[in-house]
Formats: sequence, structure tokens, C-alpha cells
Amino acid sequence: MTTQALSVRNLHKSFGQIEVLKGISFEATEQDVISILGSSGSGKSTLLRCINLLEIPTSGEVYVHGELIKMRDQDSGERVPEDKRQVERIRSKLAMVFQQFNLWAHMTVMQNVIEAPVQVLKIPKSEAKERAEKLLNRVGMYEHRDYYPAHLSGGQMQRAAIARALAMEPDMLLFDEPTSALDPELVGEVLKVMRSLADEGRTMLVVTHEMGFAREVSSRVIFLDAGLVEENGQPDQVFDNPTSERFRQFMAGTLK
Amino acid sequence: MSEILEYFPMILSGMLLTVEVALLSVLISIILGMIGAVAKLSKSKIAAAIAGIYTTIIRGIPDLVLMTIIFFGGQIMVNNIGAKFGWDYIDVNPFVAGVLTIGFIFGAYMTESFRGGILAVSHGEIEAGYAFGMRPTQVFFRITLPAMVRHALPSFGNNWLVLTKTAALVSVIGLQDMVFKAGLAGGATRKPFTFYCFVAFLFLIITGVSDVGFRWMNKKYSVGVRKA
Repeated sequence: MTTQALSVRNLHKSFGQIEVLKGISFEATEQDVISILGSSGSGKSTLLRCINLLEIPTSGEVYVHGELIKMRDQDSGERVPEDKRQVERIRSKLAMVFQQFNLWAHMTVMQNVIEAPVQVLKIPKSEAKERAEKLLNRVGMYEHRDYYPAHLSGGQMQRAAIARALAMEPDMLLFDEPTSALDPELVGEVLKVMRSLADEGRTMLVVTHEMGFAREVSSRVIFLDAGLVEENGQPDQVFDNPTSERFRQFMAGTLK
Repeated sequence: MSEILEYFPMILSGMLLTVEVALLSVLISIILGMIGAVAKLSKSKIAAAIAGIYTTIIRGIPDLVLMTIIFFGGQIMVNNIGAKFGWDYIDVNPFVAGVLTIGFIFGAYMTESFRGGILAVSHGEIEAGYAFGMRPTQVFFRITLPAMVRHALPSFGNNWLVLTKTAALVSVIGLQDMVFKAGLAGGATRKPFTFYCFVAFLFLIITGVSDVGFRWMNKKYSVGVRKA
């Protein structure tokens, strides 16, 4: 029995005059690993950021585990979340991993990992630490737990950021180009961690340029172009028999 | 030399007053500066405008002029208002007036220091806080504030040094700080040069100690920063 983890319905997002998302709809069931592909400017990061309300969608609906994120229009015409507490609660269940890691620079790796569980989930510090130790072990960062982010490599920072996300025990992980800021030789260590997360059945939404990951690890691939979903299907189907001309061009470009 | 020794306790008690004025007014300036910085960066146009007027006016008027306006003008204003309510004559305490004035002046400078510090905090780190479900106050106190201290510290230290020196101005509104007392001692012994030099030396001690303190704080708040 699969349960719906996420449903995005007719999502639009404009920045001023520029319409970045032009009506996106898709669904994710639990344990889905969805890779979102697309060239720069196709709106894939914006889509991810609309799901946890880091960007406010111009219109359309987002359901997380069947729960609609309620929005309302202000008098000024600006759209805002109706209930900030709801947004905070939902965000705490959708942990995000950023392209630029965004670790808190004034905290050690350990402090980074326990911060949100202690502050947001109100978990006792000792318990959060125990959990953090396990997670840091898992991503291979236990030895570096007392380091500050500035003293880590990009790959180490991203693995720490993944541990920070896992510490929330989230329903879904959102990855926003997690390997795009890394040296080529550091990409592998991060992908390895992500692959192991997929293997244990985590629901993941991954905006990425890693075609290998999209093809081998994900259960579904969504290809965005100019703010619209051009492909949405299983990796084999999308990669081997794409229905859109645009995806063919995109793939031809990536393979060189 | 013997004159200095004779007047030493008196001038030292004046120094204590100078330090008290400086510490209390820096406290006020930190509070005002924090409010001002948050107001300037807030989405509310009214709050930003009020903070903008505050910093523009304060930073454009000499401290001495402001202090006399607030102390003497404030005295008259308080009593004019008081008269309407039928209060007795109120004597504005020069210590309170001095501390409030200096705090009010330096609040404007602190506003700019703190604003710069907050702007220097990585936007991504703040966003990460929100992405994990933190409330705005949690993001501010757990992420923005500790991260901005490092950026604001150098200019805060600079403001503090200027503030300690500005504290000497309280002598014009009749507070018996060390400058005031050095004037008395210099007049009584006809050796103003000696006593003002002594006061200069005492100011150097205050600022020197501060410098050591700031180096320590800078080190403390630069943990996790790779030295270039």
C-alpha cells in the first residue's frame, strides 16, 4: 500500500513579470525518489523552494501527506501563508539540503546537527546528541563532529548537512542541487550517502544534474523546461523513450 | 608630583564616574542600536523611516550640541510639561541626563554597526534556519545574532572608544567626572598641564584595557572562521 507523500497541483510562480513556473503538477508517494532535471532557469530549484515555502507560490496548491498548505491573499494582493505555525510544522518534516550547504558557520558540526531538533522539535539535548552521533557516523563525519564548517571540505560539509537534515527525522528530504558546488572528486562521497538513503526507503526529491544518479537511483524522473513538466516517468522510460523533443536535446547536450 | 598624589583619590573617583557613565550609556546604545538595526532592515516602511530619521539627525549634529540641547532643553521641557500637570519643579539629574544623551547618540552609531553586521550574515544560513521550521525569533537569536557579532565587533569597538572619550563631555553639564576634577585640581594648584596630562593617561588606560578586551572577544567570536 503506497500513501501519498506529496501532491503539487497547478503550481505557478512569478518573480515580477517573469513567470518561472507555469503550472506544475505531480505527485510523490512514500519511498519515492524523484529526480528533477532541467537546464538552468527551467524552474527546478524554484519548484523545490515552493514546496517548503521558502518561495511563496503565486497560485496552485501543495499537499504534504494530504494536508493542504493554506494560503490567503493579503489586501495588497500578495499571497501569504494563512497559518505560519502550519508552515513551520510542515517545514520541520521536509528537511532541506542546499547547494551551498548553508551550515551555520558559528556552530560545530555537532551543534549544527542538534540545533533544529532541540529548538524546533524540543528534543532533550542529550537525546539529540545521541541521535546526531549515530547520523554523523552514518555519513562518515563522526570524527569531524567538533570541527567548524570552515575547516571542512565541500563534500564533508554536504555530508554534515545531510546529517543535519536527517536529524529532523523528516518525512521527506529535499535536495537542491546537492553536488553542484562540489569538486568533481568530492561528488562521489555525497552521492554514495544519498544512494544509501534511497536504499533504505526515504522519500526524496532531488534537483540534480547527476544523470547517473537520476537514472540508477531514482524511482521517477521529472524533466522541467521553461516552467513546465516535459517528462514525468520511470527513469528507463524517460531516458530511453523520451516523449519530448526538448529532453532529447537536453540529453544530447549533457552527453556532449 | 606631590600634587598629583594629593589629588589622586579625587581624580580617581572622577574616573570611576567616567567609567560608570560610559558603561551605562554603551548599554543603552546597544539596546537602541539593536532596535534601530532591526527597524532599518524590517519590511515595515514606517519603522525603517523612523530609524532612518534617528540616525541621520543624530549623526549629523555634534555630540556637545546634542548634549546641551537634551540636558538644558530637556530640563525646560520636563518642567513645562510638569507645570501643566501641576507637578513641583523637577531637577533633571545630570548623571541620568548624561547617560541617556550619550546612549541616545551612540545608539545611532550602533544602529549602523549592527545593520552592517546583520547584512554580512550569509543569507543561506538564515534561510536554512527557516527551512528547518524555526520561528523568526529563533532564527534571529540562534543564527543571525551570534553570526553578526563577529562582523559588527570591529566597528562596535571603534564606537566604544569614541564613546568613552565622549563621556568627558558630561563635565559640561556639571557632572564631576575626572575631566571636571582635573580642572578643579589644575586650577587650585595652577598646574593644569600636569593634571590634564594625568587625565589623558587615565583615558589611555581605559581605552587600552578595552582594546585587550576586544581582542579577546574578537578571538572568541571568530571561532569557526578560517584565517586568511
